[in-house]
Amino acid sequence: MDLSAVAFYLFSILIIGSAAIMVFSKNIVHSAFALMFTLAGLAAFYALLYAGFVAVTQLLVYVGGILVLILFGVMLTTRGYFEKVRTRTVNLLPSTIFAGIIGMLLIAVFVTTKWAMNPMEDGEVTMTGLGELLLTDFMLPFQVAGVLLLLAIIGAVLMAARSHPPQQKAGSNPQNAGRSPSGEPPES
Amino acid sequence: MQQFLESFLPAGPLVVFVFSIIPLMIILVYALFAIWLERKVAGHIQDRLGPMVTGGWHGWSQTIADLLKMIQKEDIVPAKADRFLFKMAPFIAFAASYAAFVAIPFSSGYIGSMIDIGVFYIVAITSLLSVSIIMAGWASNNKWSLLGAMRTAAQTVSYEVPTVVTILSVIIVTGTLNLMEVTEMQTGNAFLGFLPNWLIFHSPFMVIAFVLFFIASLAESHRVPFDLPESESELVGGYQTEYSGMRWGLFMLTEYADMLLLSLVGATLFFGGWNSPFGSFMDGPVWGAFWMLLKGMLLVFVMMWLRWTLPRLRVDQLMNLCWKYLIPLSFVNLVLIALWELIF
Repeated sequence: MDLSAVAFYLFSILIIGSAAIMVFSKNIVHSAFALMFTLAGLAAFYALLYAGFVAVTQLLVYVGGILVLILFGVMLTTRGYFEKVRTRTVNLLPSTIFAGIIGMLLIAVFVTTKWAMNPMEDGEVTMTGLGELLLTDFMLPFQVAGVLLLLAIIGAVLMAARSHPPQQKAGSNPQNAGRSPSGEPPES
Repeated sequence: MQQFLESFLPAGPLVVFVFSIIPLMIILVYALFAIWLERKVAGHIQDRLGPMVTGGWHGWSQTIADLLKMIQKEDIVPAKADRFLFKMAPFIAFAASYAAFVAIPFSSGYIGSMIDIGVFYIVAITSLLSVSIIMAGWASNNKWSLLGAMRTAAQTVSYEVPTVVTILSVIIVTGTLNLMEVTEMQTGNAFLGFLPNWLIFHSPFMVIAFVLFFIASLAESHRVPFDLPESESELVGGYQTEYSGMRWGLFMLTEYADMLLLSLVGATLFFGGWNSPFGSFMDGPVWGAFWMLLKGMLLVFVMMWLRWTLPRLRVDQLMNLCWKYLIPLSFVNLVLIALWELIF
């Protein structure tokens, strides 16, 4: 076995183990941290497949962004910071059947498909090629994705701004009226 | 570098091992030196002398003595802490910080990996740091720790935006993310005949980009005036409150490694990396490592200098500075640099 095969099996164990912890753990914060190892392990898989850009994007978006959001959500929405949030098992029978069917389907697809094996091409510059493709052939999807994200940001700002009732602006709330001489919106 | 190691090391895995721990050796020696330097800088700025006794000459072995003391200390885990996560957090923190050194070109002969996504990788892998700090804060089962961890996460996520945008504005000029290629582009003396071909002299907007990058990197490495995660006067010690002994030492090492990392990225992006400031004079792989580390250390020194000069910001001021000033400025600067590139 060469080094990359060793790395592949090590990361496989990491991904499967942490995914199992994530699903079976009763403590939701443990699940969130186990998710980090699953996502980071997947990033390592991409790196092993020479898809460096995908690996790094996986780390940046999922570990750096979404996971931190999940942790914030879990910690801020519970009543106390340290109250252990317990999850419990519901709908055991339907979910087992559903998961079983999907699992069998995936295995069937994996076994029946003829996988095309291509040798690695040397000297591929993934980053430059990717950038050129994004700005030529895939310009429209790229722009649409950008507009979608912009809409999401504007929507989030709008929802956050709406939590202030409009009469606060008129200064009818005497407690907050004097607090912001510089015209900043008072924090709720 | 790899061929050089292969010439006298017997086995292949050993070469890989030695090759990959070179930055670790640099970081360990640097951290010992930098903590001593921080104390000396602090002392002299406050009109004191700092450590003077240990080891004789200006207390040079003070940090070594501290390290030996720290190794011998008992490893205390609070009774109600989450043992596994509590013990793991410092290691993940340092691993995240150390993993980023892969893409740093220490000299023309040494870079961990020539990946073509260099800077992007550094930005992404350091985001593991904020997760590990949340882990430490939550697992400690302590209010101060968790508050500090929450602040850290909010701060890191916010200040990632100006950091990435200023890095992006440099990438517009270089056209590559690979830090080795970025450094190679800055070789020689082009500007006005005597100024080195560094990117900071490329256009006036690059100076603005550097200032923005430096402020954001101060916040990213949690240094004063942005050290809210561990502000002693209000949060005891932030996420480090419950840590003791070598696990605390690992957090300290991570902080200093992070400072060096961001300084080296700054030195590579704006100050020519391993290029000599005197053209071909004192040039070459070994001198390259010297210049790179010197530039990095100078930026680290400026960080220390600022620490003992500026007061700490409040939480709302911190967020105001980031979202209302740094991010709009960095975006305007990005557009201006792009226009400059288009016109000249």
